[in-house]
Amino acid sequence: MGVLEVRDVSLTLGDKQILKDLSVDFWEGHIHAIIGPNGAGKSTLASVIMGLPGFTDIAGDVILDGRSLQDVPVDERARRGITLAWQEPARFEGLRVDRFIAAGARDRGTATVRNALEKVGLDPDKYMQRAVDKTLSGGERKRIELASILAMRPRIVLMDEPDSGIDVEALERIFETLREMKSGGVTVILITHSMAVLRQAEHAFLMCNGRLLDKGSVEKISGYFENRCIPCDHTNMPVAEEAAELGVALQDDEGAPA
Amino acid sequence: MSAVDLARSLLDSVAEFGGHAAGDDVAHLEVHGNEVVGAHLVPGLQIETQEIEDGIEAHIVVERGTRLLKPVHMCFGLLPQTGMQHIVMDVEIREEASASVLAHCTFPNAVDVTHAMDAEIRVEPGAEYRYFERHVHGPDGGVLVVPKAKVHLGEGARFRTEFELLKGRVGAMDIDYEVTCEAHAVLEMIARLIGRGADSIVIHETGHLVGEYARAVLQSHMALRDTARAEVFNTITAAAAYARGHVDCKEIVQEQAVARAVPIVEVRHPKAHVTHEAAIGSVDSRQLQTIMSRGLTEDDAVELIIEGLLS
Repeated sequence: MGVLEVRDVSLTLGDKQILKDLSVDFWEGHIHAIIGPNGAGKSTLASVIMGLPGFTDIAGDVILDGRSLQDVPVDERARRGITLAWQEPARFEGLRVDRFIAAGARDRGTATVRNALEKVGLDPDKYMQRAVDKTLSGGERKRIELASILAMRPRIVLMDEPDSGIDVEALERIFETLREMKSGGVTVILITHSMAVLRQAEHAFLMCNGRLLDKGSVEKISGYFENRCIPCDHTNMPVAEEAAELGVALQDDEGAPA
Repeated sequence: MSAVDLARSLLDSVAEFGGHAAGDDVAHLEVHGNEVVGAHLVPGLQIETQEIEDGIEAHIVVERGTRLLKPVHMCFGLLPQTGMQHIVMDVEIREEASASVLAHCTFPNAVDVTHAMDAEIRVEPGAEYRYFERHVHGPDGGVLVVPKAKVHLGEGARFRTEFELLKGRVGAMDIDYEVTCEAHAVLEMIARLIGRGADSIVIHETGHLVGEYARAVLQSHMALRDTARAEVFNTITAAAAYARGHVDCKEIVQEQAVARAVPIVEVRHPKAHVTHEAAIGSVDSRQLQTIMSRGLTEDDAVELIIEGLLS
């Protein structure tokens, strides 16, 4: 049993079913990756786990430490240790970096803020008084968001596309931070369609069209993703499902029926 | 109450905002109703005051070339629940002079108080004047605030004014500032307010860019809740080459509050350029969710977002 369990979760938004009977376990102090093509439902799953408005009317359950999170609002989930880093961090006009980082910090002192900024490779003297607004690049805001998460000291971190808008050097710093968090016992869940991000994980889950296609080691999932998902020209339609719809018998790579 | 006690009481009401700095090198002026209850001048600064029936007239001069290194502290106010205070101000910042004013206007017990200001301000060529006005009102909003100013900026002059009311209820407010900018003059007008209850806020800010390379930024940031109402009329006219202006109005509206922004941009020269942006709405949901996902309640998250907007 994992520290965080997603149990038989389905979610329909409008007339479209986004998540279909999804079950996933996340293990304490491990780095997980949820990988899949765009539109597979990965970010939606993160929103469901975080309990964001519009993503709470689910079938199934999300369970933390053996207790259901049903009816637990986002801020309470955060106080229980779950947090989310967005693919595109929000901009806050006028709100200073130090205030933003300190807001959710366990210890709101200046030393915590400085330490968090240093860990993500940003000079506190240059950034603390700046605003978290459009004067910062997307990559800077991403690192500041990560600093705010470090200061919060959560138990479970959902990171949606951590490499989006980040240069190579900064990305390596983020990966290093992830490993530090893991060594501190934090459970990390990476949402990605990037092989580079996937390789940071210890366990991987492959999603397609709102379903869990496979799970296991990063090597196994990355092989499948690279060979089957990346070249695949269907749109979020697992091969078997597409074949069934088309009434076609599938064959595996050796020519045997799949 | 003696003048000293009145001055002390006025300053006590603004103590949480830092009050007034002390020292021989810091100029200050305290006015309660129509009575000057404290004053101190520094070299290069002249302040002449005259009591009138419901307030004072003040003639303020910063002499040519004088650079006041420390802000002049001013405090205007009324401690009783009812009354009127009318400040008639004539300000001259002479050539190449520089001065900052930190003004507190305090009405902590107001139930039915009117505070009016009529100002004529001349900032001569190459001079600089910064005026920061913070209002401290009580919880009942019983204040009518009517500040009006006509400002003229000479060539290369700079004028920055900030108006802030974040503590207590606004009551009713009608701000009207009009500034004319000669060549290379720079104007910044910033208003930051929180409206609560049945507060009513009307802002008219106008900048006329009549000289080449004159520049102006008019900025109004507000947060409104309950049944507060605000109307912001920001106008920039540009009638000279390379004049540049920008109008920025941002308002967060909660509950039954109503906000209206009317930016007016008038360009009369093909080489002038003026822009505007206005954003009025509820608190941005992504901002809210980000902060709540760090463990803050919705109310605390909204407060933090508003703190940023009004900073």
